[in-house]
Amino acid sequence: MTKIHEPLFHLAKNSNVNPRRKWALRGIVFVISFFVCAIVSVGLTGKGMDYFFKYFFEGLFGSERNAWNLFHETAILLLIALAVTPCFKMKFWNIGGEGQVLMGCLGCAVAINFMGGKVSDAATIIVSIILAIAFSTVWAVIPALFKAKWNTNETLLTLMMNYIAVCLVNFFIKSVATSGTGILVFSNGVVGSIFGNEFVLKIIVVAVLTTLMAIYLKFSKHGYELTVVGESPNTAKYVGIKTKAVIIRTLVLCGVLCGIAGFLLISATNHSINDTSVGGRGFVGVLISWLGQFNPIFMAIMSFLVVFIERGSNALANGGISLGESYPSIMTGIFFFFIIAVEFFVNYKFVFREDLQAKIDLCTAKIKGVFSKKKQVEEIENSNKASDSVSEEIVEEAVEESAVTVEENEEIPSTEDVEEKEGK
Amino acid sequence: MKAIELVGITKTFGSIHANQDVNLDVEKGEILSLLGENGSGKTTLMNMLAGIYFPDAGHIFVDGQEVVIKSPIDAFKYKIGMVHQHFKLVDLFTAADNIILGEKMPPFSIKEQTQEYKIQAANEISALSAELDEKERKKAIGKINNKRNLKTCALPFIKFGKIVAFNHLSRNRAKKIQAIADQYGFEIDLKKKVYELSVSEKQTVEIIKVLYRGADYLILDEPTAVLTPQEIQKLFAVMRKMRENGKSIIIITHKLNEVMEISDRVAVLRKGKFIGVVNTKDTSEKELTEMMVGAKVDLDIHRDLPVNPQPRLVVNNLTVLNKEGHKAIDDVSFVVNGGEILGIAGISGNGQKELLEGIAGLQHVVGGDVIFYNPKENKPVTFFHNDLRQIKQKAANGMFHYPDGSPVDLKGKSAKEITKLVNDEQILYYENEVIDLNKKTPREIQELGIKLSFVPEDRLNMGLVGNMSIVDNMMLRSYRKGKSIFVNRKRPKALADKIIEDLGVVTPSDMTPVRRLSGGNVQKVLVGREISSSPKVLMSAYPVRGLDVNSSYLIYNLLNEQKARNTAVVFVGEDLDVLLALSDRILVLCGGKVSAIVDARKVTKEQIGLLMTKLPDEIERYDYESAKESLETHEPEQTASEEPALDLAEKEDKTND
Repeated sequence: MTKIHEPLFHLAKNSNVNPRRKWALRGIVFVISFFVCAIVSVGLTGKGMDYFFKYFFEGLFGSERNAWNLFHETAILLLIALAVTPCFKMKFWNIGGEGQVLMGCLGCAVAINFMGGKVSDAATIIVSIILAIAFSTVWAVIPALFKAKWNTNETLLTLMMNYIAVCLVNFFIKSVATSGTGILVFSNGVVGSIFGNEFVLKIIVVAVLTTLMAIYLKFSKHGYELTVVGESPNTAKYVGIKTKAVIIRTLVLCGVLCGIAGFLLISATNHSINDTSVGGRGFVGVLISWLGQFNPIFMAIMSFLVVFIERGSNALANGGISLGESYPSIMTGIFFFFIIAVEFFVNYKFVFREDLQAKIDLCTAKIKGVFSKKKQVEEIENSNKASDSVSEEIVEEAVEESAVTVEENEEIPSTEDVEEKEGK
Repeated sequence: MKAIELVGITKTFGSIHANQDVNLDVEKGEILSLLGENGSGKTTLMNMLAGIYFPDAGHIFVDGQEVVIKSPIDAFKYKIGMVHQHFKLVDLFTAADNIILGEKMPPFSIKEQTQEYKIQAANEISALSAELDEKERKKAIGKINNKRNLKTCALPFIKFGKIVAFNHLSRNRAKKIQAIADQYGFEIDLKKKVYELSVSEKQTVEIIKVLYRGADYLILDEPTAVLTPQEIQKLFAVMRKMRENGKSIIIITHKLNEVMEISDRVAVLRKGKFIGVVNTKDTSEKELTEMMVGAKVDLDIHRDLPVNPQPRLVVNNLTVLNKEGHKAIDDVSFVVNGGEILGIAGISGNGQKELLEGIAGLQHVVGGDVIFYNPKENKPVTFFHNDLRQIKQKAANGMFHYPDGSPVDLKGKSAKEITKLVNDEQILYYENEVIDLNKKTPREIQELGIKLSFVPEDRLNMGLVGNMSIVDNMMLRSYRKGKSIFVNRKRPKALADKIIEDLGVVTPSDMTPVRRLSGGNVQKVLVGREISSSPKVLMSAYPVRGLDVNSSYLIYNLLNEQKARNTAVVFVGEDLDVLLALSDRILVLCGGKVSAIVDARKVTKEQIGLLMTKLPDEIERYDYESAKESLETHEPEQTASEEPALDLAEKEDKTND
């Protein structure tokens, strides 16, 4: 028979996989990515693995404040991810979450700057909420109007508007600030602590909004409409959905949520504003939205994991080993690399060439065989201890076989050693 | 010896067995039909032969040698060429450019070429006649040498051109391509750009492309699906010529009459499994259908005479623009009656889509009227103040009849008596509410309470949402009802379950995304939903495209049911046999205009085929031209061989200049 050049393997779609298995695979990959992070940082610093874990977890759970901070950061990130999710579900590629939240921050800062200390704090807070929502809604609706009216590309427009927002914030700070640091700090008219804890409020707000968003997307008519518009614009037209109205309405919703996020960032967390107040959360939020498959519950898990890695490595970089600002970015990069790559292995599988598959089967069978034999031996020994009724022959055979495999393994290096000695 | 042999071919996609242990062989110089329903794995099997897919298991033999085909390049190496159902051509290139596309340049060496020129020049010099005197001889030699030098100087440029794959090839190869076209009798202008070509011409380009690459084994995937009856005959003539030249052809199809006409043997696939091979001579359409479907099927389509047809939808001088702003439908007028099926025939892309979407309010209508007569059945009336003559006029229009459908004779009855009879429901009275649908959006039409159902041709792109469950798709039309801000999934779920049961939709559950269902089941879901609203007008575009035989007949029956319900049914079809058997009248579209509206019981397939390609006023001219053509074809050999020869001579002259 002629020699056949068959490819070693080809890819096949892996459909009908148990979702539980999918999530187990993702979980395993998260653990792996965490250990890769550890190995990389050990390689970078030359210090032991224990160092990594010590500072990583101390930074996360070392004090009560740190632990609260972890959940609070998760909440803010989740809120921004929630804001952009309906847009993405509608296939409106809004990557301007960053700018929209920053505009919310700006609205909030404008209110506090001009009213703080002059009127009561409650009035300032109410006005700052309203202004924050108004500013970010305007920022979100502009691309929606362009899209609805002239079908412009929303990706570019939303991205560019991020930079305009940054410049507007800088302009505002320059024109009102007395110091030249580029940061405007507020002392009056901000949200203080509730129940003696400054984080609880935000976590509660986000938890409520997450539930509402989950209900909105799944059970409301609006949620149904925006899914139809996203999945199939022709069908939307066919059943008489007013596509333009849906686009604008959804972006208003996005703007409102971004405004709330901006308010929480400025008035309830930072008590100051600069051009990096949002700190890239607008972009990470897009990632979270996709990785959580637009499901608010999964998104909550994903944002927790991201913040987990980011804050842990931050603590490591600032506290334990002086690694600089880029270190947390490297760690989150590794994390995302693994989490995104796993999707490929979840959705596809390798089909190997027949002979190769046979070899693989043989290997796995051997590995399994070793394990099962060990188990067998252990079980038998255990049962022997419990009751001596089992015939000893089986035990002996099993033990002998396992011994043979061990011997084979040992033989190889020994012969090599001999050869080496001879060579010398 | 067998030309191609497939042994134990298996291919799976996920959990779906597209092909399961298929054995197939093709002899040299025969036409083999590969018959099977949609989704039975014909195309998958052939794609494995053409190198698009790689089989999971099995062996392929070409000329008795086992081969491995990993890519289309491998397939061409073994002289296998496939013409796909959806053409793979570059629109902006000429036909010739498309044919040579992807061809490797032969190696080109300046040194060898120079040497060749030298020898050529030496030959030319030695060939000079001895009669020339010294001076003339020198002059001639000088001329030859100059020419040689010039040519040699050009070599680096040619080499550069070849490296960057300059379009130098197409000019030289055109002759070869033309020769192939003439050999098999293809009629095509190779210099035309592909976007200027008609569908059948594009197919010709694809076939020539495969032949040009030297394929001896041709695979044609549903070549007749897009052609008119006349074009199909032309294609078959070409195929017979190829068979005479010793080429083997595998033709994939699911049309039985074509199988019987063209093929030597028929191989049947069902659900990915190989059922058997029969000689065409020894079989019948009925037997083949049974092999294909696996059960006895009644192939006759039932057709009743329309009962009491009343105008339901009147279209006057409708003009619709397509996306590019061209007139897709130009000044079209027709009437659809309740209780009849109006078939719409035409080559695909001749305005069928725009016509239906224009009526449904989805396209930009620039002129004309769409008037809908909304029937109001048997409402209480008073005719006291009406003139008896008016009432009689109404009776003449068929507005009165007895409950069993027979017309009423109103002679000798006063207005008062008639009113009493109507209000006692002894006589049924119909009055149409006249609504102008022109420039109304689908939502406005829906809100007016008009029951206009529309089954669009691209089911998953318009009509259904692929990623949504069957239940969610059920409520596309009705989710807006009620004031609650939340959607109610109770009724859609009941409807979904009913449709799954009544129409036999094969699905794991009613929450399965529609995209995962097979074509037939998707169509059942869509048609089921559209019918569930008990429509007054049902428009369906290619409702059986891609469906298996049983599903197709189910759809025909559903359309007939609607016809019996006195619904006006519009049926756009591509299979003329079905159109002729199912419809009452047929409207033939050609280039966005109405070619004719004919009685489906009296017209023949050929007549419709002709009307599809030419408007009636052109047909007379066409008859004359075709007569002239048939006269000319008596001497095709001469013209075919002469023309390229002339071209050659001209080109040589030019290069010499």
